[in-house]
Amino acid sequence: MMSNHPDLAKLIFGRLTIDQLPLKEPIVVGTFAVVALGAIALLGVITYYRLWGYLWREWFTSIDHKKIGVMYIILGLVMLLRGFSDAVMMRAQQAIAFGHNAGYLPPDHYDQIFTAHGVIMIFFVAMPLVTGVMNFVMPLQIGARDVAFPFLNNFSFWMTVSGAVLVMISLFVGEFARTGWLAYPPLSDIVSSPDAGVDYFIWSLQIAGVGTLLSGVNLLTTIIKMRAPGMTLMRMPIFTWTALCTNILIVAAFPVLTAVLAMLALDRYAGTNFFDTVLGGNAMMYVNLIWIWGHPEVYILILPAFGIFSEVTATFCRKRLFGYASMVYATVVITVLAYLVWLHHFFTMGSGASVNSFFGITTMIISIPTGAKIFNWLFTMYRGRIEFEVPMLWTVGFIVTFAIGGMTGVLLAVPPADFSLHNSLFLVAHFHNVIIGGVLFGLFAGINYWFPKAFGFRLDPFWGKCSFWFWLIGFYFAFMPLYVLGLMGVTRRLNHFDDPSLQIWFEIAAFGAFLILLGIVSMLIQFAVSFMRREKLRDVTGDPWGGRTLEWSTSSPPPKYNFAFTPQIHDADAWWQMKQHHYQRPLQGFTPIHMPKNTGAGIILAGLATVFGFAMIWYMWPLAIISFVALLATGIGHTFNYHRDYYIPADEVARVEASRTELLASHV
Amino acid sequence: MSDMSTTMTADNGASQTLDFHASGDYHAPNGTLLGFWIYLMSDCLIFACLFATFGVLGREYAGGPTAAQVLELPIVALNTTLLLFSSITYGFAVLEMRANRQGLMMMWLAITGLLGAGFIGLELTEFAHLISIGAGPQRSAFLSSFFTLVGTHGLHVTCGLIWLVTLMVQVSKKGLIPANKRRLMCLSMFWHFLDLIWVGVFSFVYLMGVLP
Repeated sequence: MMSNHPDLAKLIFGRLTIDQLPLKEPIVVGTFAVVALGAIALLGVITYYRLWGYLWREWFTSIDHKKIGVMYIILGLVMLLRGFSDAVMMRAQQAIAFGHNAGYLPPDHYDQIFTAHGVIMIFFVAMPLVTGVMNFVMPLQIGARDVAFPFLNNFSFWMTVSGAVLVMISLFVGEFARTGWLAYPPLSDIVSSPDAGVDYFIWSLQIAGVGTLLSGVNLLTTIIKMRAPGMTLMRMPIFTWTALCTNILIVAAFPVLTAVLAMLALDRYAGTNFFDTVLGGNAMMYVNLIWIWGHPEVYILILPAFGIFSEVTATFCRKRLFGYASMVYATVVITVLAYLVWLHHFFTMGSGASVNSFFGITTMIISIPTGAKIFNWLFTMYRGRIEFEVPMLWTVGFIVTFAIGGMTGVLLAVPPADFSLHNSLFLVAHFHNVIIGGVLFGLFAGINYWFPKAFGFRLDPFWGKCSFWFWLIGFYFAFMPLYVLGLMGVTRRLNHFDDPSLQIWFEIAAFGAFLILLGIVSMLIQFAVSFMRREKLRDVTGDPWGGRTLEWSTSSPPPKYNFAFTPQIHDADAWWQMKQHHYQRPLQGFTPIHMPKNTGAGIILAGLATVFGFAMIWYMWPLAIISFVALLATGIGHTFNYHRDYYIPADEVARVEASRTELLASHV
Repeated sequence: MSDMSTTMTADNGASQTLDFHASGDYHAPNGTLLGFWIYLMSDCLIFACLFATFGVLGREYAGGPTAAQVLELPIVALNTTLLLFSSITYGFAVLEMRANRQGLMMMWLAITGLLGAGFIGLELTEFAHLISIGAGPQRSAFLSSFFTLVGTHGLHVTCGLIWLVTLMVQVSKKGLIPANKRRLMCLSMFWHFLDLIWVGVFSFVYLMGVLP
């Protein structure tokens, strides 16, 4: 490339050369071809139907928390497909790579796959899904019209997208890290990992991390400041409580990730010695710091799932949630304990018996509030009129599966046991057991539960049930063998095995992954079928399940302003109480509603951040400087825009409300 | 238990009438200052990590210069004085803002900016000197953590300066409208916060660093 001016090419393109494109790896080229064709088809459809203007005005620049929530969830589901492809590739490799058979993935490629799988599933699947559900549901539950900082919300979303885009680019330009999802030094330092992989890791997480942190600040402020009058803390719906605690954890954990990744970046870019033992650094400091973020992160993901299960259980058992106060206290206790257990991720560091005992005991203590929650759900179900709609199925599947994951967790919390199980497939089975059985099942329950609120029609229950059973059974097939293998001493992240007696277990696990694939396909079919049958599945009432909390008091989908009049709260199950009192919607007396305006600043800033990240990854210094200055200038320029709000006129509110009145009357 | 409470609520409720809408034109209170507080606390945690790192690595000289050898307290005393005074002058600016005296407020803001710029200038001089005598951030883990902690603080002050200039332009264009007052209060919190962090840096890194 530009062999005449090697210096100039180096200045502009940094270390990016044509050789960095993986043209010699058929698997990657094939993937690229499929992704590129898919993308061209998608762009073609959008252009053909002239949807660009619509998408830009109504979605990309939208500061409506509901639309941003939906976009987060779409991002999470798209990335789930990528992360799951990685999983299938690993399962297939491990099922065949025995003895003389080396499998189809060379170690170099295999290592990137397990790293990308972990990073994508946590940062770009679980996090966007959790943030998306909180974004969509929480403001509706507290009777607010939007979040505290609507523009910031849009910006946060696009920064998360920017991080995801960088990870996706790494698939085709250069390579991703080969270090495992937390990139421990010394393996991740510049000597052991000189290529761009770890830099993709660092910059995608730093950019997405800005989005996550700001979204945490935003949602936290929203819950504290914008609850409808009368909604005291102990009258907040449980999901909002878990959102509050999760966002506290985000604000108090993500800065640690930012700091530790910055130190790793300095070691790689500036030659500092934080984690380099030769000149006084300490690699275990990285491990400590990253788990001081990493353990709270686990609860950031699971708490909102607990909140979803609480809402779903109460709704589909037709009962007030059992033990509301104990549920709140359990959530808060978990929030605090989340910070006191990080060392259990590396008992083998050698910090001594007393330190290990402390962290072992604090870890076991967490099972107490979590157990209390499980009993609360069970007692809510006890003598309830349970309806096994799809969200409830996911909840029951969760209770059983998560109990197993919790017990293996307590087992791992015993330091002597951990010494033999550390980094084994037992551990891999355990955390998939709680993350799939807890977080993912929760999010799927939530998506099925709130989908009609977001789009105005329910999801098809048949394909929903198919998806549930494939996932549930597939999960057990995929991960129970890993417990067995782990107990036998098989360690994680291997791409080849010598002992043929192990192969059968890996084959069972691969079969499980195939069942999960059917579960994911069923879910995609469920979306398509529901869209085609949307008239039949239409929810005209706004309250398809007989809900208890405020979001069910508005129409489905809710109007831009959520509530024509701000509700007054008297009870934790506010909407249930309103129904008990034969609440009548007001039909007149509407006033203009103050709302924030859309803006394109968020997507532009995030676009510049992507360019900046890419330039930093490839050492394209001039481009990095230009994009950074542009980022700064755009950011400052945006603060000169003082016209950020407008009023929806009372006439328009009256018109929207009248059409809802008509709709309600036509279907009674 | 929970069944009972549901019934009780329903029974009690039937006899009393509840108002299910907030009265009048309800508008949720502005959350900017609280949100900014929360952001500052998260920023504080970044510093906490850097302080902790310095705590672990601060005496790892790797055969290179020690803190007592390279840190010069007189310069840092001057530096600290500049930054602490800039907090006081920002305080004066806020008083003038409250009294709606835009001109005087701008004067105090300008003085704050000059003091802040002086602080950054001195810090850069100190850094340049250290690097020139072979005590750069690559030399040892002590120096890596020193440059990163002090440099991150300096970077924050630099951001504060850019913000200060931006706000001065905005105030001169739009006047002391509520939005600008809110921004000035946010920057005020940011500036005092950096002062507080500096007190930590000064005591923990410089004063304790030069102890044998």
